[in-house]
Amino acid sequence: MARKLLLEKANVPGIRGYEVYRREGGYASVEKALKNMTPDQVTDEVKKSGLRGRGGAGFPTGMKWSFLAKPEGVPRYLVCNADESEPGTFKDRYLMEFLPHLLIEGLIVSSYALGSKATYIYIRGEYAWIPDILEQAIAEARAAGFLGKNILGTGFDCEIYVHRGAGAYICGEETALLESLEGKRGNPRIKPPFPAVRGAWDCPTVVNNVETLAAVVPIMNIGGEEYAKIGVGKSTGTKLISACGNINKPGVYEIDMTISVEEFIYSDEYCGGIANGKRLKACIPGGSSVPILPANLLLKTVKGEKRMMNYESLSDGGFPKGSMMGSGGFIVLDEDQCVVKHTLTLARFYRHESCGQCSPCREGTGWMEKILKNIDTGKGKKSDIDLLWDIQRKIEGNTICPLGDAAAWPVAAAIRHFRDEFEWHVDNPQECLVRNYGLAHYADPLEIATPA
Amino acid sequence: MVQFSDEKLKKVNEIVGRYPEGKQKSALLPVLHLAQEEFGGWLSVETMDYVATLLKLEPIEVYEVATFYSMYNLKPVGRYMFEVCQTGPCMLRGSDDIIDYIKKKLGIGVGETTPDGLFTLKTVECLGACGYAPMMQLGKHFREHLTPEKVDQIIEECRRTAAANN
Repeated sequence: MARKLLLEKANVPGIRGYEVYRREGGYASVEKALKNMTPDQVTDEVKKSGLRGRGGAGFPTGMKWSFLAKPEGVPRYLVCNADESEPGTFKDRYLMEFLPHLLIEGLIVSSYALGSKATYIYIRGEYAWIPDILEQAIAEARAAGFLGKNILGTGFDCEIYVHRGAGAYICGEETALLESLEGKRGNPRIKPPFPAVRGAWDCPTVVNNVETLAAVVPIMNIGGEEYAKIGVGKSTGTKLISACGNINKPGVYEIDMTISVEEFIYSDEYCGGIANGKRLKACIPGGSSVPILPANLLLKTVKGEKRMMNYESLSDGGFPKGSMMGSGGFIVLDEDQCVVKHTLTLARFYRHESCGQCSPCREGTGWMEKILKNIDTGKGKKSDIDLLWDIQRKIEGNTICPLGDAAAWPVAAAIRHFRDEFEWHVDNPQECLVRNYGLAHYADPLEIATPA
Repeated sequence: MVQFSDEKLKKVNEIVGRYPEGKQKSALLPVLHLAQEEFGGWLSVETMDYVATLLKLEPIEVYEVATFYSMYNLKPVGRYMFEVCQTGPCMLRGSDDIIDYIKKKLGIGVGETTPDGLFTLKTVECLGACGYAPMMQLGKHFREHLTPEKVDQIIEECRRTAAANN
């Protein structure tokens, strides 16, 4: 059983409320940080932990914090990114829904480290029932003296506010999020200046993911060095993985990044194997924008090593032969699934979510969707596959924000690894309407993946 | 006439107070949510103009935001809006069949409202419930692990609630 740092108490009855949370040791990190440490010491502890941003980019959190500009007399802000919208990802929702105080505790400590007296949780609009849960937790923390003026008599003032979005994936991009927080369209800003210098209302701002900020609590409790000992290499601590698709046990799991992908999929402790006794065809291991991998490349790297559930191993082989940890949205496809259809749904998603600022993304995502739809419905041409490849290449790297890349990568990886399936659709326009391509040449290496 | 009650106006003031002084534009998204809830489930031009006046904004600043975000309805919708997710993870678990079932059951297409004004069917992109697919948003909450039987129950439940409130 892997060590749990975030979800350890998730099943304690009543943990959503302050009383139980406090009795179980909650808010100890606030007392430790505010009473015994300077803000810089807290930041140092986070640096030592090796914690990397859990929203998808994996940037070292302590380093991000140390970039925050601190001009005299200018307010600084911490903004919690709870705009979880990457298809396959639903871990932050779980944390906020069932352990709201863990997030609030992490936010108070982080606000102290960064000097944020007004901290905002930007939550996606569709999680419409969660603001009530968070606001309840905020009210309870405030009543207990952990928020408000002069917290624990230390002179530190802090308020936390919940700001609800209104349905826009793009607002998960930090500068689009700040625009949205300011009451505007979610159009990403050109960087630099980075939010650390000019963020919310032109003031220095740090934007961190929900899970990242919750992880600050165990880091403070056990110490940064101890936290860094969990995991492997630069993948320190624990990571929440939200597993979905054709598996027996979809859900949110906390892993310590030392287990293999195979164990994660087949062990009863995690996904419990492929649903209905089917075989594994492919998987997107880190949210819809990271490359899809066929079963053979998913379970073993090109070097023939077991692929592990951590940042380095998942990206081993680069984009041609690897993928990414991303947001931890783990999407599993069984042998009956059609990669063309699945890629089409993702292309439609990105077309829908493109903010429209940059032509390559605005136009390109629409073209990709149309072409994929043609191929999926038996109206495609062979040349369409090359055209798709060409379009995705022209989007990648040519947009203000990474949404363009995120839209290009799934299409690129699908063609790279499943080109024969695309060609089969073109060659069999009638048959592709009534049956799926199946496993084909990916079947052989799957012996290792067949459930016992 | 579009006009918040005193209680809602207090709420608007509380929302504006969350942001730095002079930055009341930041309150636009939450206040639009409030307006949509209060004024029939959608944002008419009149409603948007009212919100603009309340927050001391130009009307265009409200329109450009209302048209950007998918949760603001710019046309009237049914009393119950079924927003069914159709993105990859839900598709893998049969969301297409659920959408077809709802279409047949209610006799409407995607984007349409039943003649009695009770139901609107909408397809949406990933709502963050991938592990509990297929799913839909209904008002403030998610309805997950959908099956045809569950859809029947939800429709019944909506009809009962509507009848009881009429």
